[in-house]
Amino acid sequence: MSLLADMNQKALDLGLPLSVHLDITYRCNERCVHCYLDHDDHGEMTTAEIIDVLEQLADAGVFFLSLSGGEVLMRQDFFEIVERARQLLFNVKVKTNGVMIREKEAARLRQLGVEQIQISVYSHRPEVHDAITKLPGSLKRTIRAIRFLKSHGLKVSIANVLMAGNFSDQQGVIALARELGVAYTLDPTITPKMDGDTSILALRIPGSDLKQIFHNQELVGNVEEFCAPPLAPGEDVMDGFPCSAGHTACYISPYGDVFPCVQFPLPSGNVRRQKFLDIWRHSPQLNEVRSIRARDLPTCSTCAHVGTCTRCPGLAYLEGNMRGPSTADCEKSFQRTGIPSANMLRRAAAYTGPLIQIQALENSSPIALFQSEASLLTA
Amino acid sequence: MAEKYIARSKAIAARMLGGEMMVMSAADSTFFTLNDVASAIWQAADGRTPLSEIVAGKICREFEVDRERAQRGADRFVDELSQHGILLVSDQPLIDSSGSLESR
Repeated sequence: MSLLADMNQKALDLGLPLSVHLDITYRCNERCVHCYLDHDDHGEMTTAEIIDVLEQLADAGVFFLSLSGGEVLMRQDFFEIVERARQLLFNVKVKTNGVMIREKEAARLRQLGVEQIQISVYSHRPEVHDAITKLPGSLKRTIRAIRFLKSHGLKVSIANVLMAGNFSDQQGVIALARELGVAYTLDPTITPKMDGDTSILALRIPGSDLKQIFHNQELVGNVEEFCAPPLAPGEDVMDGFPCSAGHTACYISPYGDVFPCVQFPLPSGNVRRQKFLDIWRHSPQLNEVRSIRARDLPTCSTCAHVGTCTRCPGLAYLEGNMRGPSTADCEKSFQRTGIPSANMLRRAAAYTGPLIQIQALENSSPIALFQSEASLLTA
Repeated sequence: MAEKYIARSKAIAARMLGGEMMVMSAADSTFFTLNDVASAIWQAADGRTPLSEIVAGKICREFEVDRERAQRGADRFVDELSQHGILLVSDQPLIDSSGSLESR
């Protein structure tokens, strides 16, 4: 076991929050077409409140701190926050679009000992990238920022969110990352907006494109191994949980709301009203998330992919049931292996018969039928 | 032999987890976990207290180990961490190097 895996296991055993993702603002200078946030400021935490939260997180044992947004540099106190975070010895990762980073900002980030900067790049072509961010000139400014950060010796990675509109530019972004000497990560996940609006899901890449990604050796390494059919799950798999959300990680919004993960908007408390550790230890919502094991998932526990699926409980929650399937991940498992998930088979079976069955019921009124069904449901 | 002064670098992340100190270098992302003895040296690395004094006053007393053995172990530990830029070592006090860091 690596030291990092060992540390994760220890945090899990001790019930400690090893990683926290803190969004310090939802305000942004870009208006990305796929963004799930409301960019208006509805009362962000003040500098003093954020610093108090950082101190609580340090006392709680948090090691990895991701500062994100919105655009983090929209806050004038951004560097004050980073400085305090580094004094508290967090491993700090900053997620930004880079548009506001110049020589001075890059030098300051380096001086403060930030571990990594993650920058979103959607295409190597300005006309595509800028059409997604809706900020003219944004790609040019983002690339300039990457060069400044690199020149100061910072570790930079490009995050390439893939959508139908930029899928064909993926190789161009990989080449750009190589040219800039930075790491590249791709993410085909588009999530519903925080208010539940699912319209942006139409931007998701189709299954055939997912398949292409999963069979690209450059991206996944050993394709045969990566795309192998799933093995029958053992007891350890059925007793396992899907991810670190709520177990060793959580998310805090600019308004102090605590959630299991940025992608899992289950309100679990607010640091403006409660101490972070009280929320972490005693929130009924977090404790419910922690209690769920693979064997408790009605559909997924019967699925061939249960041991290898990337099922996101947050996406499942956004689909209406945190114990249910996340259809986006069903699609990924299918495109990776060619084997449909239990959820896909169940949905397909629902469409094999007629969509509606009509049968005359003697001596039954519609109201009686309704009552009968209701009693069955509550039995 | 010249006296050694040690201070925690600012370019690190660190946290105490279940009695062990976890330390990561921002420079090369090397990750260390320190045992009780190493954690005690780490906590005492204020840039002002000579290493020999840390060993005699803290390590020998808290861990009931003889001074010569404790000093050898401390020297090895300091050498290794300094190679990764995690500890700063000097033959003069390093007054300001770790003053603003808070190890929790």
